[in-house]
Amino acid sequence: MSRARRHLTRFPLLLAASACSVLFLGGCDHLHQDMATQPKYRPLSPSDFFRDGRSERPLLENTVARGSLANDEFVIPKDSNAFPLEVDQALLERGQERFTAFCTPCHGLQGDGNGMVALRGMKHPPSYHIDRLREAPNGYFYDVITNGFGQMYSYGVQIPPRDRWAIVAYVRALQLSRDAHVSELPAELREKLSQGDSAK
Amino acid sequence: MPQLFHRSANSTARISILAVVILATLGLTAVLGGVRSPNFTNQYLTRDQPIQFSHKHHAGDDGIDCRYCHAGVETSATAGIPPTKTCMNCHSVLFNNVGYLAPVRESYSTNTSIQWVKVHRLADYVYFNHSIHVNKGIGCSTCHGQVNQMPLMFQASTLQMQWCLDCHRDPEKNLREKKDIFNMDWKPAPDQAEKGKLLAAQYNVRSVRDLTSCSTCHR
Repeated sequence: MSRARRHLTRFPLLLAASACSVLFLGGCDHLHQDMATQPKYRPLSPSDFFRDGRSERPLLENTVARGSLANDEFVIPKDSNAFPLEVDQALLERGQERFTAFCTPCHGLQGDGNGMVALRGMKHPPSYHIDRLREAPNGYFYDVITNGFGQMYSYGVQIPPRDRWAIVAYVRALQLSRDAHVSELPAELREKLSQGDSAK
Repeated sequence: MPQLFHRSANSTARISILAVVILATLGLTAVLGGVRSPNFTNQYLTRDQPIQFSHKHHAGDDGIDCRYCHAGVETSATAGIPPTKTCMNCHSVLFNNVGYLAPVRESYSTNTSIQWVKVHRLADYVYFNHSIHVNKGIGCSTCHGQVNQMPLMFQASTLQMQWCLDCHRDPEKNLREKKDIFNMDWKPAPDQAEKGKLLAAQYNVRSVRDLTSCSTCHR
């Protein structure tokens, strides 16, 4: 067989070999995983080591997590009207943001208990604008957020203590928004209000 | 001395050279295209989950904030999958007897985890941190797409390094105001170029040199 002929017969071989190498390269993802899949736990990854299959370990009973002692200052008795933080615009805005994320599904944007999830069939929570809740102390709201009440489960896990107080402050602001007299407003706001009336 | 090569060897040689060039081009195109295709990146792929959870229903129709479930997104590297208790906040009452939520009730009553299938999987040598992105003006939908329109969750982006760098080289085009971070319908305004510059200064976004440094994402 001449050399040229041999070359020709090799051609399909070459073709097959390059096709194989393409496939092979494409399969790299499955071949070299040792860096991409390291023997370590990422958040919430399953574990063969622990009996319940969780690498994320649940809190042990009667233990205090590191750093959570700092939250002691936020713990106010249920029947106390104290407020552990300085109330300013920033805190109220934080409270509004947290309230919108965590509370409005049931309590509604205005706190009257007409949130979207309540409309879907949850029991409507009481409006914040009833006398019982207007007169309830600050500690009561903090306690309900922390431990839940009736149909409402506890929100202690989702909302850290400082944010709970921000929400309490915002709920107070909501209550005031429905229970304030025009005469209590600063002069410039009063003027704005009367202008708004005439504009209608 | 007889000729070493037959005359046809000339054209065979030319065809061979041409074939090598064509094959190499095709091969390279196939490989490069292949690794960018959804087959390889898992983009647009929905997974079978223990419960066919709909983000469209919860985040879209009901308007529940992302953070209601993914509460860690602003403070930790991972946004977090909510504990079953978060589901039960509503589903202890709503749809509390339907069959397809049975795994939720079982998980809650037996204190076992629901084994969700991870949709957004980064390689272990990537140290991605949600909180830094969310706190510096990158909204959820920039990477995750309009989750409020996804009945079943899928990966909206390629999650490849090229895609990460695309933003790390020019983050200003994606920066939003604080109030829009969790807004799924946010689109860049026509004046995004100027706005982006202002926001980058406001958020103290690091220089492109820092953002594209290897150790920003790899340790």
